Amino acid sequence: MSGMDLAIETHGLVKTFGDNRAVDGVDLAIRAGGVYGVLGPNGAGKTTTIKMLATLLEPDGGTATVLGYDVVREAAEVRARVAMTGQFASLDEDLTGLENLTLLARLYGYARNAARDRAMQLLEAFDLAESAKKQVKAYSGGMRRRIDIAGSIVVRPDLMFLDEPTTGLDPRSRNQVWEIVRGLVGAGTTILLTTQYLEEADQLADRIAVIDHGRVIAEGTSGELKASVGSGAVHVRVADPADREEVARLLGESLATEPVLESDPAAVSLRVDDPTAVAGALHRVGERGLSISEYSLGQPSLDEVFLALTGRPADETETQDQEVPA
Amino acid sequence: MTTEATREPTRALDANVIAALGAADRPPSAGALSSSFTFGWRALLKIKHVPEQLFDVTMFPILFTLMFTYVFGGAISGSTGDYLQYALPGILTQTVVFITMYTGLTINTDIDKGVFDRFRSLPVWRASLLVGALLGDTLRYCLASFMVLVVGVLIGYRAPGGFVGVLLAVLLLLVFCFSLSWLWLIVGLKVRSPNAVMGTSMMVLFPLTFISSVFAPPETMPDWLQAFVDVNPVTLLCEAARGLMNDAPDSGDILIVLVLSAAITAVFAPIALRLYNTKS
Repeated sequence: MSGMDLAIETHGLVKTFGDNRAVDGVDLAIRAGGVYGVLGPNGAGKTTTIKMLATLLEPDGGTATVLGYDVVREAAEVRARVAMTGQFASLDEDLTGLENLTLLARLYGYARNAARDRAMQLLEAFDLAESAKKQVKAYSGGMRRRIDIAGSIVVRPDLMFLDEPTTGLDPRSRNQVWEIVRGLVGAGTTILLTTQYLEEADQLADRIAVIDHGRVIAEGTSGELKASVGSGAVHVRVADPADREEVARLLGESLATEPVLESDPAAVSLRVDDPTAVAGALHRVGERGLSISEYSLGQPSLDEVFLALTGRPADETETQDQEVPA
Repeated sequence: MTTEATREPTRALDANVIAALGAADRPPSAGALSSSFTFGWRALLKIKHVPEQLFDVTMFPILFTLMFTYVFGGAISGSTGDYLQYALPGILTQTVVFITMYTGLTINTDIDKGVFDRFRSLPVWRASLLVGALLGDTLRYCLASFMVLVVGVLIGYRAPGGFVGVLLAVLLLLVFCFSLSWLWLIVGLKVRSPNAVMGTSMMVLFPLTFISSVFAPPETMPDWLQAFVDVNPVTLLCEAARGLMNDAPDSGDILIVLVLSAAITAVFAPIALRLYNTKS
């Protein structure tokens, strides 16, 4: 593959803060186009990696090129082509939405009136026109995230870094952000998204890198990551919890795997290698007069993937978050 | 996923976003001067939205002028009127020098809030954020000077140096304060929180402005203290301003202040810019 196909390429990227190796040899090769997800818990090194790629931090080791430009030697070229949005790259809360976007448009080179027009256009596109003259600190979480993204597309970036864009958002605002992300991708922008949410990576990302302790511990499509853990699982809930043991035993026999009794007293789950065998197994349960209230067959969730890869659940945060020293 | 309820509005949003993206024609990048002025404009907008930040700038000068004149004036100079003639240029100096610490406070708050990284990720001359902040500070310095002078004149100060003398004194203060601002930028970039910036700046500014010829002639101070007062940059600045305002301009003092300002800038500006570029 030629280097030009890659939006981002890193080799052995390292960043240390004192004794803490926040990023400890990250290798990435990210194709242009689509969404690339970087998944990991707090303190895994996601934000530090992005900051280096966005030229805000100089790496202590390794190399990184963004859109073919070296992040250290050709930082200005990189900055002219990328935009960043995230908790660490926000807007001025004291200024109004209109003032913030006008300010950014001016800095991107728009003349005075054109800058204001562009700002209004963006506010309307992001459904924020009514709040144009309100201070950003008065915006809700969802509005805040929308205007942050609007600020990043004042001029069309070739590559956009989205750092945990939906952390703390309600489902409706989160869906809006997701739609915007899909819209940006449709318009030809490559997006590098970091998230702690497996569902988000699952929904948006074409490929995913799982980062833990400053290292990439797995990489692939969401399907590949799931397949690396196991082919799938069947989840069953019984109508009467008293029947659970018997149902578990029957299913375990039919599918020839060990049933897992979950914390929900009515639920049992089993790993399956051959999904077609599940129908027959459930049929046997019905023949015995035991009733099942619901069942589902699916690939393992990314939560399970993360647990399998790191030995701990994804939402278990590190005791010290040294990712972004103040 | 339960997206049914939200499909309608988000779809529309999506289409609008794509339309807005398509309209993003890229103008030529802003020049260094333009981006600096844009950041200066931001500083003015912040003053408009958070006028409280001018409180210190306007109230402290008034308080200081009144307090020092009426509390110490009689004791130091025999009469409040005589003291005012001596002290007002000093109070003016002290007030404006004190306000320089807001430069550090502003940059530190920007870092705290995350705006700093957004600005640093833009394809503009990197120092323009700092230069723009200094432009905004000019307004603060001018306003504070104006307040001190108005209060001074109201309670009886008359500048023998005339309008031109006062104007030149204020200009000299601005030059010096710009150079000192680089030091506070370093503090603002280095220190963890806005509160810590305040603490650090106070610790430097209190001795620097009080152990000087701002409030009292150094002749009555012990020798060891005089030794410090005589080389204190604030003394030199204060004497130069006093000379200009009270019609005894000393070109030597003025020259020293200008050279000193250039030296402070030459030392601290590169450090501040270096820190700014490598800030993690």
